Amino acid sequence: MARKTPGLNTSSMSDISFLLLAFFLMVSNINSDMGIARRLPPPLPEDVEPPEVRERNIFVVMVNKDDRLLFNREYGRIDDLKDRAKEFLGNPENRPNLPEKIPTEIPLLGTYDVSKGVISLRNDRGTSYDMYLQVQNELTAAINEMRDELSTTRFGKKYTDLNEEQRKAVDTAIPVAISEAEPTKIGGK
Amino acid sequence: MARFTGKKAKETPALNMGSMSDIIFMLLFFFMVITTMRESSLYVKIIPPQGSEVVKLEKKSLVSYINVGVPLPDQQKKYGTEPRIQLNDMISEVSDIVTFVELERNQRIEADRPYITTAIKADKQVRMGMISDIKQELRKSGALKIFYNASKGARKK
Repeated sequence: MARKTPGLNTSSMSDISFLLLAFFLMVSNINSDMGIARRLPPPLPEDVEPPEVRERNIFVVMVNKDDRLLFNREYGRIDDLKDRAKEFLGNPENRPNLPEKIPTEIPLLGTYDVSKGVISLRNDRGTSYDMYLQVQNELTAAINEMRDELSTTRFGKKYTDLNEEQRKAVDTAIPVAISEAEPTKIGGK
Repeated sequence: MARFTGKKAKETPALNMGSMSDIIFMLLFFFMVITTMRESSLYVKIIPPQGSEVVKLEKKSLVSYINVGVPLPDQQKKYGTEPRIQLNDMISEVSDIVTFVELERNQRIEADRPYITTAIKADKQVRMGMISDIKQELRKSGALKIFYNASKGARKK
């Protein structure tokens, strides 16, 4: 006749799993990486001349080594950058001193006037990374707002809620037109 | 009253701890799923700048990190007090980036290689000269998808 086996003492089980839990808490980190994604231009072949760009199609943002801003050779403040960039890229009144637009056939959107404007960002070697990122952030904000506006008028949804095809169409209509010059070597360390 | 006081006080029964381990295991799995392993310890101090338009970095397995910042106090004897670059576990020079990118590329399978992103994790005090040098090296080595690490912050008004 088999005896009844006594119940296993499992009170230390919780201790063991607590230990494991503590270990994993120590070696792992929860914070996910956030940031701004960009694409670098491929290296230029040396014998190719840079294409001519008309002055109305370019908006120069310069940052000096003291983190001060110049928009098209005038002093500017970071708070105004987003609105200036939106005005430049959008050119809602078709003014002659702001960029030209090229009507382009885009799937889902039909014919859309794509701006030829390029924001040229130049920074000094002494500019702080903080300021540089603030500028990039403001420019991204301008582009994101324009994309949001377009997608709400055309699709009735925010840009982030669009499906992939719609998003591609909006991306073609409002590209990330930021060009970065090689940094100048004056001042700073 | 006498009926109650006369009796001996009953002992409270022991709490059943059997399900305790289940609960803790559940917690354990929860944390294991939502976290990522810390890859390498940092030798440089990084306080990322803040931005309001930051997005999440997708596909972590296809990301290689370049850390830039001033060496930590206990490393300063060895590496100085000027901002340095850390690739994987080593403090490196700008010229090492090309080899680093090549190594990272070879670790991934062929189909994934076009999607490799290089995340630049830099301290906000770092000067742009250094970042630009890194960007030029990345251009040279063909790692064109980059990502500026920043923490989420409110819009500055």
